Amino acid sequence: MESREVIMKHYTSSPYKKNKNLDESYQKVTTKSDSCIDRLDIFIKIEEDKIVDAYFEGEACAIATSSCSILLENCKNKSLNEVKQFIENFENMINNYPYNEEELHEAVVFKEIIKQGNRKTCAYLPYSGLKQILDKSL
Amino acid sequence: MNIEDFPMLKEDLIYLDNGATTLKPQCVIDKVTEYYTKYSANAHRGDYDISFKVDQEYEKAREIVRNFIHAKYKEEVVFTSGTTESLNMIANGFFGKFLEPNDEILITQSEHASNVLPWFRLSRKLGVVVKYIPLDEHHYVTLENVKKSITPNTKVISLASITNVIGDERPIKEICEFAHENNIFVVMDGAQSVPHRKTDVQDLDVDFLAFSGHKMCGPTGIGILYGKKELLEEMEPQNLGGGMNESFDSPNEVYLKDLPTRLEAGTPNIAGAIGLGEAIKYLESIGMEKIEDYEKNLRAYAINKLILIPHLDILNIESDSGIISFNVTDVFSQDVAYYLNKYKICVRAGNHCAKILKKETGVQNSLRVSLYFYNTENDIDNLVELLSNKEKIVEGIL
Repeated sequence: MESREVIMKHYTSSPYKKNKNLDESYQKVTTKSDSCIDRLDIFIKIEEDKIVDAYFEGEACAIATSSCSILLENCKNKSLNEVKQFIENFENMINNYPYNEEELHEAVVFKEIIKQGNRKTCAYLPYSGLKQILDKSL
Repeated sequence: MNIEDFPMLKEDLIYLDNGATTLKPQCVIDKVTEYYTKYSANAHRGDYDISFKVDQEYEKAREIVRNFIHAKYKEEVVFTSGTTESLNMIANGFFGKFLEPNDEILITQSEHASNVLPWFRLSRKLGVVVKYIPLDEHHYVTLENVKKSITPNTKVISLASITNVIGDERPIKEICEFAHENNIFVVMDGAQSVPHRKTDVQDLDVDFLAFSGHKMCGPTGIGILYGKKELLEEMEPQNLGGGMNESFDSPNEVYLKDLPTRLEAGTPNIAGAIGLGEAIKYLESIGMEKIEDYEKNLRAYAINKLILIPHLDILNIESDSGIISFNVTDVFSQDVAYYLNKYKICVRAGNHCAKILKKETGVQNSLRVSLYFYNTENDIDNLVELLSNKEKIVEGIL
């Protein structure tokens, strides 16, 4: 699948878009950009050091939304340490440091687009949100 | 018109975000550079030639502003950092001094954050009440609705003369007349109107006016607080310090200078003030009536074309200014802005600082095109062409 198709798939029909009420076992974090109107709420359920369920909702551009969906897909059923490593790997990619492309799975689709102006901020937005939850939990 | 005066327009840029800030003509850039290269001294020191020159230029700029808004006295013109600072000074420094619990402040839900948050703070601090004048079906303020909204407790009506999302013009003169009959003060947020049409504070009879230099071809970080002299005399300076005091010996023996210096503590934004003076001279050389007419015609030209695009949802088909707010059906406004950016078209996406407007319009975010006199029919044609093809937009958001 081409990058564009992957992004549009996650943007228009993400399975991680919140579609029901979530109980208190979910932790919520709001992540928003200072330079644009992107705003996402991320909901994570952690059980025994593992993310067992994840959703998001909010209003954001195609890049931020699809990036959030792809991030949550790669977090589900992963240990917090694995998620941390995934995030670090993504950070390495967007900051031009050596990274493992294979382990990024679909998140690699942002490799090119983040070179355009402000879009690095869009792609990274959900990551900065999820990191807040990890910092509290790890 | 006058495109050749703007260095930024020498590139193939289409700048349609004039509600946010405007481009600078060469004469303003030169004037600011001249200060920094030829007489870069402080103000209020007449001791040597270049400082004397600063005072002359700085006060000349004040006189240019006074004449531009037709204020009666030079003392009524205070240099600030912009509309936001001016409105905060008005709310805190004047109204904060004498409003009492349960006094009412009337605004609307389409005000800019700078004309909402200072009043919210007063509300928390003093127990005054912020109320909203209902807008009509086109989100306009009518005199009738103003009349309906006042109570014996209403002390101030604070309104944008033109709003920054809908672009509607408020009947400020009529509101002032009615308000003054009822002993109510009127504050005018002129950020979106002063750059685009003639402003006459004496004719309008507003008590206070705030506006920004950078939205009218001037530098950033400079703006104006206008207030009727007898009211400014009562204003508590928000900043105390150098330049604004006469003498001081102890906490109870502090003597302040006269207006307007008293309200301009610290080294002022000298380059900004001088640059603003030059910007106003430039606008006057074109003529404010001509600017207003040109923008109205250009807006009509744009609306007539945009209205034919079926996947556009225009929030303000009718409007008195050069502001057009719209959405592309089913495409997030920011994505459309990114798409237009690829073709060097600058438009704003967002809620445009009028964050409580969404309650009124039901629309959370939108794209905003805001015109100025250097925009052309060609700019509009380019915009219309890019917005006409929805497939191309969806294709282009990545």
